[in-house]
Amino acid sequence: MIIMSSNILSGVDTVLDVGQSWITINALIWLWAFGFCHLLFMNTSDSEEDSYNERSALVQCESPTIPSYHQDHDMSLPQETDTKRGRPVSSGLDEPGLVERERAATPDGEEEELTLKYGAKHVIMLFIPVTLCMVVVVATIKSVSFYTEKTSQQLIYTPFKEDPNSVGQRLLYSLLNTIVMISVIVVMTIILVVLYKYRCYKFIHGWLILSSLMLLFWFSFMYLGEVFKTYNVAMDYPTLAMIIWNFGVVGMICIHWKGPLRLQQAYLIVISALMALIFIKYLPEWSAWVILAAISIYDLIAVLCPKGPLRMLVETAQERNEPIFPALIYSSAMVWMVGMADSNNPDSADERQRNEGGALAQEGVESEDDVALGGRRRCSAEEDLEEDRGVKLGLGDFIFYSVLVGKAAANGGDWNTTLACFVAILIGLCLTLLLLAIFKKALPALPISITFGLVFYFSTDNLVRPFMDSLAAHQYYI
Amino acid sequence: MTLAVFFGCAFIAFGPSFALFVFTIAKDPLRVIILIAGAFFWLLSLLLSSLVWFIAIKASNSQDLTLQRGLLIFGVFFSVLLQEVFRFAYYRLLRKATEGLAAISDDDGSAISVRQMAYVAGLGFGIMSGAFSMINILSDSLGPGTVGIFGDSQYYFITAALMTLALTLLHTFWGVVFFEGCEKSRWWVIAAVVSLHLLVAGLSLLNPLYEGSLPPVYVITLATGVWAFFSSGGSLHSLSALCTLCGFESRASRTMTEVPLSKTPNPQPLPGRRSMWLPTAPGVCSRQES
Repeated sequence: MIIMSSNILSGVDTVLDVGQSWITINALIWLWAFGFCHLLFMNTSDSEEDSYNERSALVQCESPTIPSYHQDHDMSLPQETDTKRGRPVSSGLDEPGLVERERAATPDGEEEELTLKYGAKHVIMLFIPVTLCMVVVVATIKSVSFYTEKTSQQLIYTPFKEDPNSVGQRLLYSLLNTIVMISVIVVMTIILVVLYKYRCYKFIHGWLILSSLMLLFWFSFMYLGEVFKTYNVAMDYPTLAMIIWNFGVVGMICIHWKGPLRLQQAYLIVISALMALIFIKYLPEWSAWVILAAISIYDLIAVLCPKGPLRMLVETAQERNEPIFPALIYSSAMVWMVGMADSNNPDSADERQRNEGGALAQEGVESEDDVALGGRRRCSAEEDLEEDRGVKLGLGDFIFYSVLVGKAAANGGDWNTTLACFVAILIGLCLTLLLLAIFKKALPALPISITFGLVFYFSTDNLVRPFMDSLAAHQYYI
Repeated sequence: MTLAVFFGCAFIAFGPSFALFVFTIAKDPLRVIILIAGAFFWLLSLLLSSLVWFIAIKASNSQDLTLQRGLLIFGVFFSVLLQEVFRFAYYRLLRKATEGLAAISDDDGSAISVRQMAYVAGLGFGIMSGAFSMINILSDSLGPGTVGIFGDSQYYFITAALMTLALTLLHTFWGVVFFEGCEKSRWWVIAAVVSLHLLVAGLSLLNPLYEGSLPPVYVITLATGVWAFFSSGGSLHSLSALCTLCGFESRASRTMTEVPLSKTPNPQPLPGRRSMWLPTAPGVCSRQES
């Protein structure tokens, strides 16, 4: 890998340059990986023969025929071909999807209300992790100066160096950088779709494991090193090795196999934050903004156009009734049904097996046969029923939201801009979820939020900041 | 300076609104969304008014200081007017949304009434307004420095915090009163809210003569709070019941739905029925029709 660096290699720099090569490898992997990841998924694979009635499940505790919820990406497990319900592939707002199926039974008004009622809860279930990720990124940016120091090293995907003196050239080079980066992402996504179509699952899984390995071990090591430097903490290598080893191994287990839901969510948030910090550091100033804009346009095209790679990916996955790489998607579903297998149900063993196989088995797996028992169990866990269907958001979305807010925080000391971008992104996410509830299909989560975020960033930075500064100087209040 | 001032001013400015958020809003997802959308609307109004001010500044002579100051004062008043316009716009939006939510009436209180939305929207405006006024000042107060080294007032931070607190509460009260006025089509209420807001902004122009700005603003805050309390359905009866029964009885074992003791609507008791206030949890009373 050619590293663009103008440093003379010294002892420290040798390590850093090795690090840069790993960074570029990893960034390559990740660009590819979340080239498809910034999607908001909506379950549309449940076909017309779904007969469950969720409202009756909540109210009457009958056998509610809740669909099976397969999240395992271990393809060696037997797929049940006899179940007519289909499996939610990567379900977003499932309740609207489920509610949609019972259109014949309930009037439209009630369906809308159920949509809104569940929609609000899911919006909050996404607000919290997005907020946490942004808080981590902003806190790091404001305290650890490493991530705001400009280096002469750049990622290989932004080969043109911006010259701060000439506006025209800077603009041109940032556009060129963007073109390069987006082309890399497009190529990677197409490769991924091709691999997925031809069922090269082992390759894909291996690559994902390698990339999360890099992120959990190497990037967190770098991050910890910078934090220790900032706070002048003395640390020895054995202790650090043990910390990083434990952190990384538990992370790998949680993300790729199974673990407590909260821990998995925490790890996904942390790795999104780490990746966002890397982008904030290594993307040149203007290129970063243009890339953000371009990637939301690409997201829009790739998900909504009939021949878009992401749409093809989602449709292929839905045809095969497979989940899409749960390791790279944040899921907010609650834990229920784990270990609740009924002892005199012969299928409970099957369920347990499926539980073990699933990467996100916490979401609960239930076969068609113990639906009746499940219904009775669900009576007692009625209030959990609402929470067992989570919303899913790709990690790429977390990363780019945090990049936007982090860059807003990195420029100058103005907190108003950061706060404005934060609110704008949350509102964009809310609107996207509203659209998801209306259209009920996979939607890109980036465009609206990033557009709002960019608009608010530039307008707050250039218009609101001088106004508020003048007001604060005179202590006028509006 | 530094940490003591930072925490002191932060708690003064944001303590009450944070408490209101934690106790009345955080549990309900719909209220959180309405809060953030309210903050977004306030932000939009600020954006537009800054745009107008910026254009005016750029079009004028930047050397003329009195002109700049005059333009800033114009910016202040224009921003106030625009905030009220956006408050009205938010009211219209929420009314449209209420129709969608109106039929969820058989559930456990997930529906939200216009009065609750008024309170939440007002609080959203207040929190965002307070945050924008105060956050930069707070972050500056963390670092080393001398306040008023060029002859300005030493009490900058504390007065900023107090003013922010007053404005946050005022926005909350104005939200309640404004929405109530719109609901009942009492346009004098809306005019009163707008003029009060203009008055408060005008009083802040007296700074750094803090005696001229802070006490009147707090008097206005208190008065508007009382107005909002009565406008949202509170009464002296409910207040006295609150004081006598709540502090008196120990925790009862009844499980009733909690009614938070804020400006959320307490519908007037129907004539002829006695309503008893019973404590259900420490510090919280709920109403039970007898």
